Amino acid sequence: MPAKNRRRGGMMKNTLTICAVAAALVGLATMPAGAQTGPIKIGVLGDQSSAYSDLGGKGSVVAAQMAVEDFGGKLFGQPIEIVSADHQNKPEIAANIARRWYDRDGVTMITDLTNSAVALAVQNVSKEKKRIDLVTSTATTALTNEECSPYGVHWTFDSYALSVGTAKTLVEQGGKSWYFVTADYTFGYNLEDNARRIITAGGGKILGSAKAPLNTTDFSSQLLEAQSSGADVIGLANSGADTANSVKQAAEFGITKKQKLAAFLPFITDVKAMGLDNAQGLVLTTAFYWDMDDAKRAWGERFFKRQGIMPTQVHAGTYSAVMHYLKAAKAANSSDAEAVMQKMREMPVDDPLFKGSIRADGQMMHDMYLVQVKTPAESKRDWDFYKVLKTIPAEEAFTPAGESKCSLMKKG
Amino acid sequence: MTALLASQILIGLINGSFYALLSLGMAIIFGLLNVINFAHGAFYMMGAFLAWLFLQQFGLPYWAALIVSPLIVGVLGLIVESTMLARLRQLDHIYGWLLTFGLALMIESLFRYFFGVSGKPYAPPPELRGGINLGFMFLPTYRGWVILASAVLCLVTWLVIERTKLGSYLRAAVENPALLQAFGVNVPRMLTLTYGLSVALAALAGVLAAPVYQVTPLMGTHIIVLVFAVVVIGGLGSILGTVVTGFSLGVIEGLTKVVYPQAANLVIFVVMVIVLLATPAGLFGRR
Repeated sequence: MPAKNRRRGGMMKNTLTICAVAAALVGLATMPAGAQTGPIKIGVLGDQSSAYSDLGGKGSVVAAQMAVEDFGGKLFGQPIEIVSADHQNKPEIAANIARRWYDRDGVTMITDLTNSAVALAVQNVSKEKKRIDLVTSTATTALTNEECSPYGVHWTFDSYALSVGTAKTLVEQGGKSWYFVTADYTFGYNLEDNARRIITAGGGKILGSAKAPLNTTDFSSQLLEAQSSGADVIGLANSGADTANSVKQAAEFGITKKQKLAAFLPFITDVKAMGLDNAQGLVLTTAFYWDMDDAKRAWGERFFKRQGIMPTQVHAGTYSAVMHYLKAAKAANSSDAEAVMQKMREMPVDDPLFKGSIRADGQMMHDMYLVQVKTPAESKRDWDFYKVLKTIPAEEAFTPAGESKCSLMKKG
Repeated sequence: MTALLASQILIGLINGSFYALLSLGMAIIFGLLNVINFAHGAFYMMGAFLAWLFLQQFGLPYWAALIVSPLIVGVLGLIVESTMLARLRQLDHIYGWLLTFGLALMIESLFRYFFGVSGKPYAPPPELRGGINLGFMFLPTYRGWVILASAVLCLVTWLVIERTKLGSYLRAAVENPALLQAFGVNVPRMLTLTYGLSVALAALAGVLAAPVYQVTPLMGTHIIVLVFAVVVIGGLGSILGTVVTGFSLGVIEGLTKVVYPQAANLVIFVVMVIVLLATPAGLFGRR
């Protein structure tokens, strides 16, 4: 019996190999060998099952589909195709999917890319394969610095932009001493580091920092440490459910009565999860808010009908990135990465959700907004969460060109 | 520093309350049914979710949810036991483990599909809002209630099993089910009821947890591995052992957060490894 099984296992393996080789050959055959106007295929690679699946996830696929529909659905006489996958927050899985998409499935551009480690891994694969990656939902500044790529654009926000608005404003308002509750991985450290620089530059000081692993459910220990430090402001260098939990528990322990809370990366879905009771008064920075003007409202409502939630800045960023990519491909009359990328850099980004341009280091330069969460009394309907305090101009919002560590910047 | 230490111990007790409540049910199920119930976290999550759903849909208050939610989940547990687990009774317990693990994945995916992963807000009942200043810390009233409620629940469960006639049947069923059956006790029905009750206890813990943590489909997965470790450390099948272990591991975890917060998630497993190496049957285990 075992021998038979083994033989069958061997046969299975052979069949699989044959299939794989055949698939690779088919893939090669359908690849645009020399043809510059091959089919456009967009890959949306995100977290579809875990902590970030509400802020990006399926919503990003919907946003990409909306962009394709608004563009007309076709380019070079062929329908524009969208594929999507779940990277499970594992960089090696993400890199494998990206390789398969580029090599075998003829994907011409990958977007979304939640999770810093994933985005960096895929940006490297894209650089190696000379394909375009438009990162719309990751904060790490490494994407446009040490790890920058001539084919990569960082679209929506980064940890610098997130901390500039929030930290600067609070320091100006008299929040001079800070204590951090930081997510214990790359993203958290990166965010805390950026915020620290802005706080000390503004004359504030940092009293300490408590680390919490990703997906911590109980932040009371860290919050109590922050409370007993007596800092004016407690900075939450975390995101997603972690932020929602820590804000809720800070309110529970009476922290917000004496100290201020600064959350650097809450998405609108997190504010929904906290409830306005807990989140009111929170100051944060965002690249997009659905209720700012008619065009954004209309788009937001359309998205809501399909997805059941109002769009986060990630969803809006994905729409904008896909739209700009399609416009550039059309203008270049090519699906070749080199040609499309050149057009993307030349043309201004101009759609109902984002206006801006792409800098040499791959940073999409656009305005950010400083907003404050409304009180339950101020909020007139569900998802009516923010009032816009001020617009942060692009030059102020993102890392100054002179400070960029990207090799492409120095050349240009 | 002493103030900080005292407050961390108290916070540890709060987390320990949930570990104790959940591992208690898991230990009972293992003791009687010989099943490592990995669906326990999923039932805990369902308890919290039902409380949230009922509040949204029918405005059902917290106190009513404390009864209704465990009832529904308990009935579900009865169905799961009688239609699925009962068929596996003669097999090795790896089969029960696999079945419940699969169930947990399915339940979680279903909830994720319908409700997304973002947490749902659930406010504590008006009577338990606010807090008490203990001098060394500000204790939210609700958290105080959680410690009290779970300590009472654990004590009652233990008394029922150790000090009542029904409890003696249960203990007899662990020792020798065939003999007990011969005395005219319907053992299979008793096992089904035990499963239902233990699962209802998990749902009750879920309702208790709803105002403290976020109500999310992932809340069960996050806690089940820790709870399993607690059961192993306490000694598989030992009821008092798991309760004591649950509370004390909460405290150990809390203290680790003072010394080296990054290790807090790990410390329970370190304890587990040490205990397994020293006394493989667990701290209070008899087998």
